[in-house]
Amino acid sequence: MAEQMSDDDERQQSPPSDLDFTSNKARTCIVTGSVSGHTEFQSPYPDQVLENVLENVLHFLTSRRDRNSASLVCKSWYRVEALTRSELFIGNCYAVSPTRATARFTRVRALHLKGRPRFADFNLMPPDWGAHFNPWVLAFAKACPWLEKVYLKRMSVTDDDLATLAESFLGFKELVLVCCDGFGTSGLAIFVSKCRQLKVLDLIESEVSDDETDWISCFPEGESHLESLIFDCVECPINFEALERLVARSPSLKKLRLNRYVSIGQLYRLMVQAPQLTHLGTGSFSPSEIAGQGDQEPDYVTAFAACKSLVCLSGFREIIPDYLPAIYPICANLTSLNFSYANITAEQLKPIISNCHKLQVFWVLDSICDEGLQAVAATCKELRELRVFPVDAREDSDGPVSEVGFQAISEGCRKLQSILYFCQRMTNAAVIAMSRNCPDLVVFRLCIMGRHRPDHVTGEPMDDGFGAIVMNCKKLTRLAVSGLLTDKAFDYIGRYGKLVRTLSVAFAGDSDMALKYVLEGCPQLQKLEIRDSPFGDAALCSGLHHYYNMRFLWMSSCRLTHQGCQQIARAMPRLVVEVIRSPDEEEMDDCVQTLYMYRSLEGPRNDAPKFVTIL
Amino acid sequence: MSSENGKRLLETDAGCLNFEATELTLGLPGEPRVTSDGGAKLGSKRGFSETVDLKLGDNSQEVKLGHSLQEAAKSPASKTQVVGWPPVRGFAKRGKKSCKYVKVAVDGAPYLRKVDLEIYNSYQQLLTSLEDMFSCFTIRNYLNEKQIDQVNGIEYMPTYEDKDGDWMLVGDVPWQMFVESCKRLRLMKSSEAVGLGLKTAPKYSSTN
Repeated sequence: MAEQMSDDDERQQSPPSDLDFTSNKARTCIVTGSVSGHTEFQSPYPDQVLENVLENVLHFLTSRRDRNSASLVCKSWYRVEALTRSELFIGNCYAVSPTRATARFTRVRALHLKGRPRFADFNLMPPDWGAHFNPWVLAFAKACPWLEKVYLKRMSVTDDDLATLAESFLGFKELVLVCCDGFGTSGLAIFVSKCRQLKVLDLIESEVSDDETDWISCFPEGESHLESLIFDCVECPINFEALERLVARSPSLKKLRLNRYVSIGQLYRLMVQAPQLTHLGTGSFSPSEIAGQGDQEPDYVTAFAACKSLVCLSGFREIIPDYLPAIYPICANLTSLNFSYANITAEQLKPIISNCHKLQVFWVLDSICDEGLQAVAATCKELRELRVFPVDAREDSDGPVSEVGFQAISEGCRKLQSILYFCQRMTNAAVIAMSRNCPDLVVFRLCIMGRHRPDHVTGEPMDDGFGAIVMNCKKLTRLAVSGLLTDKAFDYIGRYGKLVRTLSVAFAGDSDMALKYVLEGCPQLQKLEIRDSPFGDAALCSGLHHYYNMRFLWMSSCRLTHQGCQQIARAMPRLVVEVIRSPDEEEMDDCVQTLYMYRSLEGPRNDAPKFVTIL
Repeated sequence: MSSENGKRLLETDAGCLNFEATELTLGLPGEPRVTSDGGAKLGSKRGFSETVDLKLGDNSQEVKLGHSLQEAAKSPASKTQVVGWPPVRGFAKRGKKSCKYVKVAVDGAPYLRKVDLEIYNSYQQLLTSLEDMFSCFTIRNYLNEKQIDQVNGIEYMPTYEDKDGDWMLVGDVPWQMFVESCKRLRLMKSSEAVGLGLKTAPKYSSTN
């Protein structure tokens, strides 16, 4: 019927308003409508009917892997998939240009971009290397005005970019910046003042410069749609009164993570306004002034008890442990607890953790010692993710945690899926034990902080421990190794690490063989980051068959030469091969300080700084 | 990352000054400018409080290159720190207080600097660092105004604005309390400081 026809046409031109990438209930009726035999239906374009059907079906495809597969079936599928993709994920912002992305995917609602490689976080890459958000925001502003959500990781975002974001997308709802930099409080001020529909503003581990602008006051007056406000990484004071008013007029607020400039007294006032919170970052968790002893302390315990929905707790940026008992009422509900800024002892931890039976995610400092970890193991039977960070991140400092705590965790927390553990000493036995006790491990990152440190009991390399991990943990996709490791460890990884996608190597291996084992043995390898290991050009060449399947390869302070890298560049035209040196160094010899290479549809980027040479 | 931080916070119209020498670094005075992971660079735990060694005004108020550099600088880690190792993110300074940046103005200087009070443990360290930072300027003035005697240089009184907006002499209160309450620093020419309304009598005697 003609009416039906024109309905469908309309839908193809404007974006469906209810479109989201998890479900699309409104569309099902159309599927039945056009397919269930309306015999008087006169369609001059049967293909169009098929395309409509396809469109409706493809809306249900959410996994990007499935979508990529679907787009390869034929031109028609490619086209329709592109039209129906609402969330666009680009794991390396230089793999594809903004123009190309917006040309293909015109109806994108959510953009997820990643920039710098992870080792840039550890000062291994000079600043101003790249990963600028600017060309992206400009391209999307022109081509995809329905963009509502932007998630960026390790990108440089300027104040102007934030302004453009707020001004170009009328319905903009969510901004999440993880490990980003380049902007300041002025940019935030402009952004929040213009985004009237803002639901989510999450600033996570980002560097925000203090332009002394009161951005909290810039949220528009009247009821706000805010559901999540995370600014615990913002290292500048905020206008508390304005924040309090904002929280009071945000009835949908579920996630609030405060920075360390919010005192515990101020926290109390906010909690009283927002007992509906599910995620809370407590700010400093200490009083603002040393003086004022005579003043009555608010009833923190009651405030916490009133937050019946609280499941995720973090903050404690300048904790005074005397106040810890305030959180007792909610321990039993917690599924996630982040104490990684709280320098507390085992004794201070125990009364808390012994009540956290439902805990699944726990981040903590090694100040709790092996004893603290034993307490965790005794109670947290549902633990899925554990991260233990060092208070004193140096190679030769005392190690409050060791294989003892590590093994205790493996014995108590059998459902463990992800572990990040910094320590000074470890044994193969403990690592082997974990490989057996925790077969569900997907992420295993062990950082023995002393370089080349062997098993401290046997004096042996840590090969067998990591070997056991790849052998026994059949679901492992991410691995970070450390300690004294010979080529044997990498032989194990190549042989058994069939699902490994991300591998981090530092100060390990004896020869090129190690890298060869990995490049030849791990078919799923996508991200490989290596530093200070004796791998040279020959090893690099052994991966030619695989580099197009990878997102990137990083090698710094290894044994690569310009010649070797040049060979790769010549052999693989779709690979961008960047040689990065320190800005103050002249190009002296043939040695390559840092190699960063990645597949790309665009060829060499045009925004590379002087210290980057693209071969 | 650390050096990047330093650069960004510098408010300067450096002009013909020797930029390298006066460059703000996030480190104790005397330490080399190694780019290293923030946590590692700043050395071991800094929680202890030193008794304030109020030798500030023993001989004079002058801000000159410190004799006390050895005392002031905490001994660096025994091993050379490797860049970016262990891989703990620099700006996630866990378990330790993060930066407390305050602006430092020097009378007569055309630019402001910022210092992070958190990296010092005592007045001694702070003042030595300020001497380093502004030594160039001091020397310049000394060259221009030949009547200043070689030993003393120009005399400056270190003052600060506290939370209540009052201007106080640096050294009045215990170090930690000073760090908490200091909003900005000003190295005032001694001649101008005479009229300064002081909340409490300074613990050290004025000079000369």
